[in-house]
Amino acid sequence: MKVVGLSGANVGTKTRTAMDYTLQVAREKYPEADITLIDLAEVEMIFSDGRNYHDYEGDTKTVAETIMEADAIIIGTPTFQASIPATLKNVFDLLPVNAFRDKVVSIIVTAGTPKHYMMVEQQLKPILSYMKAHIVPTYVFIEEVDFLRKEIVNDDVLFRIDRLVEDTFIMSDTYRKIRKAKEEEYGF
Amino acid sequence: MEKYRIHPENGMEIGLYSIGDHLRNPLTGERISAQRRIQELIETAKLAEDAGLDVFAVGESHQPLFATQAHTVILGAIAQATNKIKIASSATVLSTADPVRVYEDFATLDLISNGRAEIVAGRGSRLGAYDLLGFDVRDYEELFEEKFELLLKLNDEERVTWQGQFRAPLNDAEVLPQPLNGSIPIWRAVGGPAASAIKAGYAGAPMTLTTLGGPSRAFIPAVQGYREAAERAGFDTKTLPITTTSLMYVAEDSKTALREYYPHLNSATIQLKGGGYPKQQFAAATDHRDALMVGSPQQIIEKILYQYEMYGHQRFLGEIDAGGVTIDQMKKNIELLATEIVPTVKKYTAKK
Repeated sequence: MKVVGLSGANVGTKTRTAMDYTLQVAREKYPEADITLIDLAEVEMIFSDGRNYHDYEGDTKTVAETIMEADAIIIGTPTFQASIPATLKNVFDLLPVNAFRDKVVSIIVTAGTPKHYMMVEQQLKPILSYMKAHIVPTYVFIEEVDFLRKEIVNDDVLFRIDRLVEDTFIMSDTYRKIRKAKEEEYGF
Repeated sequence: MEKYRIHPENGMEIGLYSIGDHLRNPLTGERISAQRRIQELIETAKLAEDAGLDVFAVGESHQPLFATQAHTVILGAIAQATNKIKIASSATVLSTADPVRVYEDFATLDLISNGRAEIVAGRGSRLGAYDLLGFDVRDYEELFEEKFELLLKLNDEERVTWQGQFRAPLNDAEVLPQPLNGSIPIWRAVGGPAASAIKAGYAGAPMTLTTLGGPSRAFIPAVQGYREAAERAGFDTKTLPITTTSLMYVAEDSKTALREYYPHLNSATIQLKGGGYPKQQFAAATDHRDALMVGSPQQIIEKILYQYEMYGHQRFLGEIDAGGVTIDQMKKNIELLATEIVPTVKKYTAKK
């Protein structure tokens, strides 16, 4: 199973800190899984111009192709102006319309204020649904106060991340089995 | 219809087209050479003619995984290798070409083929041509509209005076050679959404509409929008033919067709679009209301006639060579198409 962690900010440390912990949990619990982190702060991306994702070059191509090859994607996103950052939206814009078909997508979101709690419901999930993702219903919302010097210090958040990782893997495995059962009936 | 060499009394025209994809055969892992791919296209055109099909078309794409960048040259070879079958593009990316050169090429092709050449002009669904040939994709719409207007003018007038944004002006220019009978059919290539079909209607040009898959009903807005726009612009829709084009694979029974074709279509989709062809969607092809032309001859007949009732179109073209399908498989497809499908479809669509 191929899992991609996508850290959606090109600035700041909270989202990356949360993603590092999340992937560490995933690697410990599912050592056989192939787990990759893409941190948009560490790659040089160009803006989507509508071409097929295979036709980009450099990091843009690598990022798009890595995501397309994944079975599950764990997205970590900060909250900018009550929405996802442009860097993350750009990744979605690079991909085909049905890019997340047969993929499980789960979400971790960081924000400076609890007022942004609904951002994922209102801004991120509609995009993922449109792109045909199987979305893990519960996401992990992490505030500024939950971090101290690049570490998560709220046990509740840590437990919720543990559950998110488990849900991502179980859901992915379950959908794979459903798909397999269905495809065996077709006979082609 | 006469102007476009369409004769409704003979029933629907049926033919083949290729977009020239040059992909591995997913079952053998083999990717034939570009030379062999091109020669097999010419060979397939001969087989189509021998089987009595009406049209053979080749389209251009300017990027890796394609072999028909110089589609007019291939069409020239096909013109020489055949005697009766109509020869068309599918499509010519007019936006990145010079309409004068396009017209010269196809008028020449018309002379070589003894009056069998047709142009299907499109904007290109892949962007390779824009990059390679130095056009800005931001001019996507205007490039095409301007060039298409000029192309039609070149077809209608012997001496042309014209001026536009993307090419040097023409001052009483004589574009030669002239086609065999003064003009050639020029179609407009249209994707599924109605917007592009409506533009074809306003231009009063025959429409070649891609109906690759999904519910056939979904293309009604494109067909209706096309005819309404043509009428608004003052054209008689009874004189404007419509072609539909779809991926096609026929076998003795639907199970065999699905089993043999799925790996090719799936691998082509992965390589050209990304993401694969969902089996659930593919399985829907067995329903006569779905546009993907995969199944037994009887199923394909039902699909074409179901569409004919809805669109009233004059020509259907099947793409049988996508995703590394072998020439032996194509031979079988052509045989089933010609012997079992064509006679029935023509019988039911001939206008007395």
